[in-house]
Amino acid sequence: MNGPAINLSPITAPAKLAWKGVRKRFGATSVLADLDLSVAAGRSLVIIGGSGQGKSVTLKVALGLMEPDAGQIALDGQNVSGLSASARRKLFSRFGVLFQGAALFDSVTVWENVAFRLLNADGVGRKAARARAIDALERVRLDAKVADLFPGELSGGMQKRVGLARAVVATPEILFFDEPTTGLDPITAAAINALIVEQVRRLGCTAVSITHDLASARTIGDEIALLHEGRIVWRGAPADLDATSDPRVRQFVDGRPDGPLTAQL
Amino acid sequence: MTAPTAAPSGAPPAGLAPARLLGRSVLGAVGKVGAVAMFAGRGVAAAATPPWFLGRLLRQLAAIGYFSLPVVGLTAVFTGAALALNIFTGGGRFNAEQVMPQIVALGITRELGPVLAALMLAGRVSAAIAAELGAMRATEQIDAMQTLSTDPFRYLVAPRLLAGVLVLPLLTAVADLLGVAGGWLVATRVLGFNPTVYVRNTVSFLQAWDVGSGLIKAAVFGFIVTVMGCYHGYNAKGGARGVGRATTHAVVSASVLVFAADYLLTSLFAHT
Repeated sequence: MNGPAINLSPITAPAKLAWKGVRKRFGATSVLADLDLSVAAGRSLVIIGGSGQGKSVTLKVALGLMEPDAGQIALDGQNVSGLSASARRKLFSRFGVLFQGAALFDSVTVWENVAFRLLNADGVGRKAARARAIDALERVRLDAKVADLFPGELSGGMQKRVGLARAVVATPEILFFDEPTTGLDPITAAAINALIVEQVRRLGCTAVSITHDLASARTIGDEIALLHEGRIVWRGAPADLDATSDPRVRQFVDGRPDGPLTAQL
Repeated sequence: MTAPTAAPSGAPPAGLAPARLLGRSVLGAVGKVGAVAMFAGRGVAAAATPPWFLGRLLRQLAAIGYFSLPVVGLTAVFTGAALALNIFTGGGRFNAEQVMPQIVALGITRELGPVLAALMLAGRVSAAIAAELGAMRATEQIDAMQTLSTDPFRYLVAPRLLAGVLVLPLLTAVADLLGVAGGWLVATRVLGFNPTVYVRNTVSFLQAWDVGSGLIKAAVFGFIVTVMGCYHGYNAKGGARGVGRATTHAVVSASVLVFAADYLLTSLFAHT
């Protein structure tokens, strides 16, 4: 059965980051099947999709935490798949990542978490690194008093803020957000979304997010792409989510269990 | 009724199933050995070349060494004491009770000191390393570290390997002293040995190599214990259950490898 035509908005600006024919399998299971996707410089792309459709793998492949079986990841037009470990570390200096559970290091304090890259990769002195970390914490509305606490002493929302501060402290070119509002109450989630928008605009950077939270997607995305069975099956502006008649988008937005998107139970 | 179907022409005969299973197990084991060897090689390379994270090394020296002192010390004292009693009883069967101090000293320095210290570290440290790194893997902290341009092998693995290699010989030296002291305590308080003669016999009998060979063994064991903890924790999969499995595998594999390495090193040192 032929599905509706895929709405892949034409990209006029050159792509900052692109997935080109990316394939990834785990054993017999195909997770990404010729994924073609790109995001222009300065734009915020949100990838939505159900559980098990390949969102996390899409992000990990772009970050280089996972190598694709086939295809390329292009950054500013250059293929960055299969880089050596040292080249990959240099590339990471252009990225900032907010992980799903914040992924803060338990054994070091909040400010040392925020300044981790500065201290351990960039060779910034402790005094200067601490000052920059506290500045970043204040930008995400966290008081300097939390700087000397350990991550285990913070609430989930505060941990997400610290994770965001860590992602932006070194002024990255591309920010990645992995399910930024998962596990948060609606008010805290809205606050995190607002902070993400604020930081992306302040830095003028490109952003790629994955989420299944539509409220979050509408707030932080300039464009939204629906990933299903390892491919992008729809792409458009946040306003188009409600306007489109695409049955896959309609099913996802309405949260109906029956429809063209098979629920992964 | 379903008609019997012929076996596919490419399928091996059913009688070969055990051989196939054995082959698969052997291949799996060889693959695991290769994976551990590559992991250890990466760890050694990270430990041997800059940048070093000295703060992390100091923290590991304290965690692995200083905080293991009580358990290693107590184990050594009790083992030395029990060894003295056993050798005294056994030696009595052929009137050799008087060589008990020398045998205790030899047994502790060459064998029991390093092996028992390593086993205590396998239980205490290998498990803790596997659990900590496994939890970091499960909560994406290791991925996060990579995206922060920091090599987890340099930050997490190398300090633990270095600390293991540096600290276990020191713990073994303490275990040697306390093990001999345990034997001395039983010999002088229970078995009626003269304290001064016991010490004189022990010191005059022991050669530097008896202690030195034990310390070399300990350095190798320290590497084994920490590398197994790091390997299983770093490669943990499957959330909390995976962390538990990693911890068990780390302790079991470290203990077995300590015994295997002990035999190999003892064979190597046998004529020295």
